[in-house]
Amino acid sequence: MECTSQFLRQHPYKNKKNMSKLNSRIPDGPLEAKWTKYKSTVRLVNPANKRRIEVIVVGSGLAGASAAASLAELGYSVKCFCFQDSPRRAHSIAAQGGINAAKNYSNDGDSVFRLFYDTVKGGDYRAREANVYRLAEVSNAIIDQCVAQGVPFAREYGGLLDNRSFGGVQVSRTFYARGQTGQQLLLGAYSSLSRQIAKGNCQMYNRHEMLELVTIDGKARGIISRDLVSGEIQRHSAHAVILATGGYGNVFFLSTNAMGSNATAIWKAYKKGAFFGNPCFTQIHPTCIPVSGDYQSKLTLMSESLRNDGRVWVPKAVGDKRKPEDIPEEERDYYLERRYPSFGNLVPRDVASRAAKQVCDEGKGVGPSGLAVFLEFKDSIKRLGLDVIKERYGNLFEMYEKITGEDPYHTPMRIYPAVHYTMGGLWVDYNLMTTVPGLYALGECNFSDHGANRLGASALMQGLADGYFVIPYTIGDFLADEIRNPVPPTTHAEFDKAEKEVKDKIDRLMNIKGKQTVDDLHKKLGKVMWEYCGMGRNEPGLLKARTLIKEIKEEFWKDIRIPGSKDEFNTELEKAGRVADFIELGALMVEDALLRKESCGGHFREESQTEEGEAKRDDVNFSFVAAWEYAGDNSAPVLNKEELKFDVVHPTQRSYK
Amino acid sequence: MSETINVKLKIWRQKNTSDKGRFELYDMPGVSTHMSFLEMMDVLNDRLVREGKDPVAFDHDCREGICGMCSMYINGRAHGLLKGTTTCQLHMRHFENGETITIEPWRAEAFPVIKDLAVDRTAFEKIMQAGGYVSMNTGNAVDGNALPIEKVKADEAMDAASCIGCGACVASCKNASAMLFMSAKVSQLALLPQGEPERYVRVLKMMEAHDEAGFGSCTNTGACESECPKEISIAHIARFNRDYLTASVVSEK
Ligand SMILES: Cc1cc2nc3c(=O)[nH]c(=O)nc-3n(C[C@H](O)[C@H](O)[C@H](O)COP(=O)(O)OP(=O)(O)OC[C@H]3O[C@@H](n4cnc5c(N)ncnc54)[C@H](O)[C@@H]3O)c2cc1C
Ligand code: FES
Repeated sequence: MECTSQFLRQHPYKNKKNMSKLNSRIPDGPLEAKWTKYKSTVRLVNPANKRRIEVIVVGSGLAGASAAASLAELGYSVKCFCFQDSPRRAHSIAAQGGINAAKNYSNDGDSVFRLFYDTVKGGDYRAREANVYRLAEVSNAIIDQCVAQGVPFAREYGGLLDNRSFGGVQVSRTFYARGQTGQQLLLGAYSSLSRQIAKGNCQMYNRHEMLELVTIDGKARGIISRDLVSGEIQRHSAHAVILATGGYGNVFFLSTNAMGSNATAIWKAYKKGAFFGNPCFTQIHPTCIPVSGDYQSKLTLMSESLRNDGRVWVPKAVGDKRKPEDIPEEERDYYLERRYPSFGNLVPRDVASRAAKQVCDEGKGVGPSGLAVFLEFKDSIKRLGLDVIKERYGNLFEMYEKITGEDPYHTPMRIYPAVHYTMGGLWVDYNLMTTVPGLYALGECNFSDHGANRLGASALMQGLADGYFVIPYTIGDFLADEIRNPVPPTTHAEFDKAEKEVKDKIDRLMNIKGKQTVDDLHKKLGKVMWEYCGMGRNEPGLLKARTLIKEIKEEFWKDIRIPGSKDEFNTELEKAGRVADFIELGALMVEDALLRKESCGGHFREESQTEEGEAKRDDVNFSFVAAWEYAGDNSAPVLNKEELKFDVVHPTQRSYK
Repeated sequence: MSETINVKLKIWRQKNTSDKGRFELYDMPGVSTHMSFLEMMDVLNDRLVREGKDPVAFDHDCREGICGMCSMYINGRAHGLLKGTTTCQLHMRHFENGETITIEPWRAEAFPVIKDLAVDRTAFEKIMQAGGYVSMNTGNAVDGNALPIEKVKADEAMDAASCIGCGACVASCKNASAMLFMSAKVSQLALLPQGEPERYVRVLKMMEAHDEAGFGSCTNTGACESECPKEISIAHIARFNRDYLTASVVSEK
């Protein structure tokens, strides 16, 4: 497995003996001083030069919109892309619960260190200390920034900001705006972005999809995009490209992600030399509304906060189909309270999800499909009164009723785990730069801060940290060397080549003219991924998945059918391109899951569990980031390891008993 | 529990902006009442693709009632008959067996049809770009708690900020006015101290962008409020008008 990547040619100094091929560029010095020192020593681009520097930002969610706005404010010429009809509709809009910050407004002992510690522990010690510490450090500035933009966070009667608590931690550090935190934060970033668009510092490309990355001499120099309305293929060049394209949970077909969420941009980047970090790390959220039929198009999250007052249970007897009201107390199994007496219903997401799967596998699941457990509020309604429950969860109960037609005030909710978030993503260094110089990855699409499991309310924090407070500094380090280089002309041969690849692929897709729909194949992929690379993974299953995915790929390229033409608004064509990439990414996720023979966070290898059936981590052999390198369509991807060093936090087995 | 109904769909089909467009009828037998409206559309499209026909284009993304992407005019109502609900959250249990359901795009001069049920809402972007923000750069903010804000005001600002920008207000207004959309943003920022310094400039600029984009003027019929999936109140329009009046008087001096 010799390395011959672009990266090495670009960074020959990394070829020295005993040096890893991956340089995470973590600044020296004590953990608490790294970022401060970095900021005061990083190279800068002077204002006059900034104007001549062009930066492409793909994505307008929290990470992309905040980055595009902040870079435009600094004076860079920015182009920003999203596939929706407005940047305000990025998937970040759907985040409900809240955003963490170490403000310690609650005076309950919170601190930057504690937020850092909780995040590293919550991630089951598979994240980089320096990055997580920086995240905790800038968290406070995010709240200030958003308040200044006019984000209407929840407030107390005294007029100060209110906090709530969230799963897996012991302090109250989550800021929120009703059940619509993501919406309000995104609208804040969108407002800043709109201001820059109006000023002419940022050009917005709505309903445009990036379909290829263009690299020149090993550096990211532009993208090829498709205008989704006219079908026109376009070239855009720049000095640097930032991807902020969100997570890839839709590999599973059903997830809580928006319908359009996809992996195309990061997958193209992977194929152009960006390493993919920990692709198999997927978060499966325990409280979602269960599947109701084959027509199901997506799954809806019911906020984690419900577990504060709801009790999770199943009937003790296998196959008990009585109505929940008819099942007496002594015939119910409150399995989370039984198994985890100290955390009870509030165990972290991965633990709660696995436990639900176990009881359903035992045949105790409820509802028509048997793939659901009850979440009941009867006791808390009795204890706190209906009004309190209504005030806390009214909008969620309403949403549940809209979807299921059942009233959760009177009958327990039925919930089941669903794919929710992907911790894996493009490998990035401390600068958030991928292994392709000049290509950056921000927000959910990078692998960086959440290790093997993400704690609630920390994705919004990360997206905004990356965009508002990290990239504006770190990108200077690369651009300082670019001030003399004009932006490459889009007539460059690399643009010709990339455009041709895109056009050929579209033609190939349009010409298959088979019998199955794109969704048929996407659903097949999703079933395989969920079955073998979902909540529980084992070697025989993963090997089977490897074969099945290969078959799905062949079937896809032989038998899908896309109506209409490529030169028009064609949603089937859009889907087809995305699914083609999901299939390949699914295969890489399976390889990664096969490699990682330990259990950690959301990745549960059935071969690696304790006698009580809890996840067993293996720090001796697996304390590393798996960074996969593309080696061609017909070759196995090459594994690169970034060893994780814990200087400050000492990994222990997580226990929530 | 699971029931099925048979419905007929009368759907507006329009190949592109310049096409004249027409209604087409589709039979939809055996629709599960648990399906969402958009899942029913998926089933129809799945069938059309298998028959080698062009599926019905429509906008959607989150399918949770928050992104504002979905935009169907169902049986003469923006997002259908159910109050406070977007199309993606509407479920088939609210329809009758044997019913014919008419589905149209938003119709407004400022929202040209792109294809079938998908429209171009760029005009909304222009309004926001004209003044829907607080002019501050990243990194300048003071501590979040430096400026306490009365809870009642913060809550009202949040009510206004709940707008999802779907355009139902424009589609339901006989004048195709975007006053509800615009006033929600103006009101949110007017209620907060952060928005105060630009309060009056903002209304003037946004109003100008509104009219330029081809939206009609507001005649206070209130259709927007009753059709808004987020139940945004027309009280915000009243606040807008007051501020607009003040701003106009000041700017005339
Ligand atoms: C239902 C739900 C609730 C959640 N609740 C919380 C919460 O309470 N707290 C929390 O911290 N986190 C929460 N999360 C997670 C969090 O919302 C996401 O991780 C985060 O918003 C991702 O932001 P992002 O900016 O990285 O990407 P996104 O918001 O997904 O944005 C992606 C952007 O990329 C664009 N894009 C993608 N591909 C292309 C392409 N090829 N070409 C052009 N543009 C492209 C899209 O148009 C979009 O603008 C939740 C997630 C879900 C699903
Ligand atoms: S699809 Fe997002 S609001 Fe309907």
